[in-house]
Amino acid sequence: MTQIAPKKLPIEADSHEELLSWRRYFSFSTDHKVIGIQYIVTAFFFYLVAGIFAMIMRGELITPEPDLVDRTVYNALFTMHGTIMLFGWMFPVLAGFANYLVPIMIGARDMAFPRLNAVAFWMVPVFGIMFILSFLVPGGPAQAGWWSYPPVSVQNPTGQWLNGEFIWLLAVTISGVSSIMGAVNIVTTILRMRCPGMSWFKMPVFVWTVLAAQIIQLFGLPALTAGAVMLLCDLSFGTTFFDPSQGGNPVLFQHFFWFYSHPAVYVMILPVFGIFSEVFPVYARKPLFGYKVVAVSSLIITGLSAVVWVHHMFASGTPGWMRMLFMFSTMLISVPTGIKVFAWVGTIWGGKIRLDTPMLFALGGLINFVFSGITGIMLSSVPIDIHVNNTYFVVGHFHYVIYGAIVFGLYGGIYHWFPKMTGKMYYEGLGKLHFWLTFIGTTLNFLPMHPLGLMGMPRRVASYDPEFAFWNVLASIGAFLLGMSTVPFLINMVSSWIAGKKAGDNPWRAIGLEWLLSSPPDVENFEELPIVIAEPYGYGKSEPLTENMG
Amino acid sequence: MKFKTILTLVAIALTLGAISIWVGQLSYSWLPPQASVESQLIDNLFSFLVTLGTFILLGVAGTVTYSVLFHRAGRYDLSDGPHIEGNVTLEVVWTAIPFLLVLWIAVYSYQTYIEMSIRGPMEMAHMPMASSIAPALAEPIDESVQPMTNIEVEAKQWAWVFRYPEKNITSTELHLPVDRRAHLVMRSPDVIHGFYIPAFRVKQDIIPQQNIDFEFTPIRTGKYRLRDSQYSGTYFAAMQADVVVESMADYEQWLAEARQKSPSPAFNQAASEYAAREQKSAKAGWATIVPASPPIVNYHP
Repeated sequence: MTQIAPKKLPIEADSHEELLSWRRYFSFSTDHKVIGIQYIVTAFFFYLVAGIFAMIMRGELITPEPDLVDRTVYNALFTMHGTIMLFGWMFPVLAGFANYLVPIMIGARDMAFPRLNAVAFWMVPVFGIMFILSFLVPGGPAQAGWWSYPPVSVQNPTGQWLNGEFIWLLAVTISGVSSIMGAVNIVTTILRMRCPGMSWFKMPVFVWTVLAAQIIQLFGLPALTAGAVMLLCDLSFGTTFFDPSQGGNPVLFQHFFWFYSHPAVYVMILPVFGIFSEVFPVYARKPLFGYKVVAVSSLIITGLSAVVWVHHMFASGTPGWMRMLFMFSTMLISVPTGIKVFAWVGTIWGGKIRLDTPMLFALGGLINFVFSGITGIMLSSVPIDIHVNNTYFVVGHFHYVIYGAIVFGLYGGIYHWFPKMTGKMYYEGLGKLHFWLTFIGTTLNFLPMHPLGLMGMPRRVASYDPEFAFWNVLASIGAFLLGMSTVPFLINMVSSWIAGKKAGDNPWRAIGLEWLLSSPPDVENFEELPIVIAEPYGYGKSEPLTENMG
Repeated sequence: MKFKTILTLVAIALTLGAISIWVGQLSYSWLPPQASVESQLIDNLFSFLVTLGTFILLGVAGTVTYSVLFHRAGRYDLSDGPHIEGNVTLEVVWTAIPFLLVLWIAVYSYQTYIEMSIRGPMEMAHMPMASSIAPALAEPIDESVQPMTNIEVEAKQWAWVFRYPEKNITSTELHLPVDRRAHLVMRSPDVIHGFYIPAFRVKQDIIPQQNIDFEFTPIRTGKYRLRDSQYSGTYFAAMQADVVVESMADYEQWLAEARQKSPSPAFNQAASEYAAREQKSAKAGWATIVPASPPIVNYHP
């Protein structure tokens, strides 16, 4: 990019410097690095909350009978588990990564709109707390699943206007607005704030993938947010958009919902593809194989993601031609994702591999992702989907993507950039323990869901026939193991942040603008804006990345 | 490429292929018994995808494992690997092969779909509501297939009721004659339910206020389970029914028997659980939609 940004951006630089203590993490800071960490830590809190919900559910499912909690409670738990995991953990934690890393990777001093950035973040605790407080209203929280399909979602058995579903819809709308604000900010930053010399094909793949993901937020989220507002009107204000007994169409909501909520999976996984693409070259000491193709394939995924949503509705009364069309478009997504997978394998091949914790998580995530991709192709095939749609096969596939690939990638990313964010080194032993507990827990928890689905166990059931007991017991043990796996992680993060060894600016000997900064970086990131002269991932070449730094 | 390298690659591919075919055959045992024509078709497609998927998974995981085992940096080795930025031939190959595979899978899936000739509601859900009110039973869609058993299915929170219009019999157990195409017209008065019989591999959502046509052919006598597959509220998990596939003679006999019985209330899991819950002094759960009262039918087990 040729445009030269002003030497010092006019963003309240003074108030920044006053808040250099830990207190700045509890303030309305406009520093993208502070906001990034605020996002990640807040999101992790919600991750633990929703994880506890999952463990109670698995406790219920360890026996076939509904004996641990009432059915209404179970239904509320799976609804809030899915909702909080996605809106409270996934989107915020990814916004956190994008916030922290994008400016320092593209050589910017902050995001394009720092105040908008802070506002978008502070909406997260607001809607997150709304979700949790909805447990206290009469009638309990929403119980219609995270899809919230009408008519179930608008039945409102309490008859009161203040009900769980009402709060749920309001909170989802706020979350949508927050994410749209974040997307506007991130896309603008990437388009307008790149340092001199940072042309498109000098950007790290993480930035490419964040851009691809946030474009989806911009075109997809308005559909979901509008759908949520319409459903809220149906629930509380007597409209009948989706009420079949009044001439409305409940299937229309499914279109609104999936038009965003399928691409949402790419919003989540694309940045994790970015993390993989950053981590593999560092720990294999080789350039990213086929960098340009990997970068561009992210945008191809963005394009295709806009035309696949109906594959969630193959059993919803979808006409045959639509089933076939969306089957094919869904299958096509495997081509650009396949390119990425093979590129990572090519990167590792013949490298000088070091199995530090970030690399372990990236490798585990890669294998899990390939597995989930294969089950994804199976699901896209209409005849097979007709059998396994809405069964545990889908739950297994989805959790392999969301946990096996995405959460693994996020853990890898946290370990990889922890020294940069805190200036401290984490404890490697605890990191490896965390990896193995997580990997075994994931396999034990989510692999048995596939046979269960093939046998015909529907998802969202609080009780099931005894024939399904064996695999459910295994899955429950896996879930408890996963719950425990967060303990070494938390101990590691807290203790090494407080008392860890100093990390140095570039402990991994990695190539990238962020590694030329001090750890943690100064408030303004770059004293002088860098002038980038080389492509990223120049391992094995020993050429300088910039003209004027390091 | 050296001759030896090619030979090694071929040997690896053959081994992986053999393992994949074996796993693909194994995949039939992961599924319920094949109790309908549709189930055979779907299982063959599934087995094919399992074979292909196993090959790809083993290929990728094997390559990664090999790298991790044999391409490790020594403890004090701080050097970089070779500076390889890519390989155009390789990249073209691994874009083209997945694309061709996807085409193959899509064509195979399409053929299977046509053979199943699923009678979903097709255009119904996407047309103005008025057209869907037309009596769907009046004209069977395809008369070239075997004679059909016409059954009306009512799904409500949380009970299944089956009505045999020709004999005017109602039942909470679905009885079907073997080797005859079954034609169902499904309705829901309240929320979306899903009609799902795992042993038949068929599933269809029932959109409220619409008549949903659905067809399949059972081919194996026995007792199977029908489950609600679209989340329908509090007692969703309890919304199940038995499906009995029997010979034509047994089926006729059952119809005759059922006809003798005068309608009486059937046992209903949701209604009985709800009654038990209401009797307890300490309420354990939250408010719920009250289950429909137990259906009054001619036949119930």
